[in-house]
Amino acid sequence: MTADSTPALAKSADARPGSGPAAAAGPEPGARPGTRGPRARNLRAYLQYAAAKIVGAAVSLFAVLVTSFFLFRLIPSDPVKQMTGGRRVSTQQLAALRHQYGLDQPMWKQFTSYIGDALSGDFGISYQYHTPVIDKITGALPATLLLTGTAYVLYSALGIWLGTRSGWRSGSRSDRFHTAFALTLYSVPSFWLGLLLIIVFAVGIGPIPGMFPTGGLEQGGLHGFSYVVDVAHHMVLPVVTLVAVGYAQTLLVMRSSLLDEMGSDYLTTARAKGLRDDLVRRRHAVPNALLPTFTLMFVNLGHVVAGQILVETVFSWPGLGGLFYQALSVPDLPLVQGLFFVFATAVILANTLADILYPLLDPRVGR
Amino acid sequence: MTLLQVRDLTVTYDGGARAVRGVDLTLAAGQKLGVAGESGCGKSTLALALLRLLPASAKVTGEVLLGGEDVLTMKWGRVRAVRWAGASIVFQGAMHSLNAVHRVGDQIAEPILLHKRATREGARRKVAELLEHVGLPAARAASYPHELSGGQRQRVMIAMALACDPELIVADEPTTALDVMIQAQILGLISRLVAEQDLGLVMISHDLAVLADTCDRLAVMYAGRVVEEGPAAQVYADALHPYGKALSGSFPTIGDPASRFAPRGLPGDPPDPAALPPGCTFHPRCPVALDVCARDDQELRPAGAGRRAACVRVGRTGAAEDVRARVRGQGREPEH
Repeated sequence: MTADSTPALAKSADARPGSGPAAAAGPEPGARPGTRGPRARNLRAYLQYAAAKIVGAAVSLFAVLVTSFFLFRLIPSDPVKQMTGGRRVSTQQLAALRHQYGLDQPMWKQFTSYIGDALSGDFGISYQYHTPVIDKITGALPATLLLTGTAYVLYSALGIWLGTRSGWRSGSRSDRFHTAFALTLYSVPSFWLGLLLIIVFAVGIGPIPGMFPTGGLEQGGLHGFSYVVDVAHHMVLPVVTLVAVGYAQTLLVMRSSLLDEMGSDYLTTARAKGLRDDLVRRRHAVPNALLPTFTLMFVNLGHVVAGQILVETVFSWPGLGGLFYQALSVPDLPLVQGLFFVFATAVILANTLADILYPLLDPRVGR
Repeated sequence: MTLLQVRDLTVTYDGGARAVRGVDLTLAAGQKLGVAGESGCGKSTLALALLRLLPASAKVTGEVLLGGEDVLTMKWGRVRAVRWAGASIVFQGAMHSLNAVHRVGDQIAEPILLHKRATREGARRKVAELLEHVGLPAARAASYPHELSGGQRQRVMIAMALACDPELIVADEPTTALDVMIQAQILGLISRLVAEQDLGLVMISHDLAVLADTCDRLAVMYAGRVVEEGPAAQVYADALHPYGKALSGSFPTIGDPASRFAPRGLPGDPPDPAALPPGCTFHPRCPVALDVCARDDQELRPAGAGRRAACVRVGRTGAAEDVRARVRGQGREPEH
């Protein structure tokens, strides 16, 4: 058996939850090894684990920053030519433009000033809009978070619910129906489904009247409650598209991880205790089966910020996905770089968050 | 008073495997019954059948009378009420029998809250009491299963089995995954608790020596049937059925080099429960089989005071002697 400390010792170490990773780095003064309580030891190990994950995330972010600079300079296209849109421009004017955007500087100089600016939140001026990139991004971010965030919550919940039902009664008629239906929707291209929904429910076909707007976030000129209703009305079709295409993944992961748990001994124990079937499922099977699904949900969470380029474009949604599409077609290098960095940051943050939260769900990890 | 009576229990799995084929067992309150046999002989299926824990696809017939009530024909609500409160199970391999994501204290408290209408505080106190009872500090309630050693987990499992003060405990291979020292501790613990609280115990194991040590009576199972039954010491030391002999003969005697260098196992494998041999199911492996064994099934028959055995050589005058003589003739005389 491992050494059990006195409760007093365990308490004194536990009473400093805010001590942070720095305090976890060195041994606590006065504490002999092996005398700390299991809970204090766990907390220490957890803080070390979390600190390591955060450092790892910071390293990844810097790598992204560097990559995004070089990646978009490999695109074989002259941004100044694109800016002038093929009009007849004198070489002097081109040179002036190049100078204005710093493109005449040597590569290493462009790189160092880019890194310095980026670290202070400055991603330069958009070639296309002539406004700071960071303003364009923060301007489009809420629309994307609203649309993909709503869809994310809905398809995750739907996937977990249907996946649990299917896995618990695998092979049943409802399981076979839901699995097949979800897989069919999963294999449908999202832009195609979006266009189809627009034709049927926005334009109207045959006896079906056009009930929903064809695109955009709002019709404009509305305030207060009617504005909220209007935005919700505009969200219906894109959200339906995203949920329909997205929920199968969560369903299948939840279903298969629940199936993996089905034969487990601890479920026999739970039944032998006299628990009702739904309690065995909710209290014992689902918390274990949720672990792989949880990982998937955080991977998806990272993509919420990146939006859905195709769906946002089809529905003319004024979000980051649409902005990225625009920026790429110029190419608007500062904007593309800024967006790339923001998307990558979101993915890295979501994964780090998953790593940090995972031990709270699965006590076997990170302690 | 009869606590548990199993009458003609049969279990046939989906796919035709006849795991249990007509088992009769009786257990009085406070008595300890050992069920022995190789893996695949149906002993774990028997344990699960006692509380109706087999999958719905398994076909179960016969009677399992627990305190006079037939578990197999009860309404499901009544079955759930009987589970753990009337009879609880100590499962084998406590690593997987405990839920990895819940604290062990909560897992022990769960049946208390379910069956005893206890308050959270009352359940917490009972958990602390139970843990100390099985020799663990009460603070262990806050641990997760992976933080405990194998022996500690088995202690938690035993504490859990005692949580609702059942009259019967079924221990299914409670010491199989443990080293010998811990095994002895756990067996001592089970014996002590059962004696203290006058519980009925059905202990299932492949280890005849362990069972003989702990239990009053022994039942030896082969291919889904009890082939020998009697007082534990007698069955262990002087088995009547050739299979019982082989089982007890497969343990070397400490201090006897001859038995160490020539352990007597039993050649061959137990039969496939989906395709049992005709006649006595043991005859293909039996060292003393007669021609009749391949043809006629052998029922359990009385074989002396309080003993029964299912062998053609038992029950006739001098039959047991005959078996012994045949075994000796092949140089396979068991030492004990």
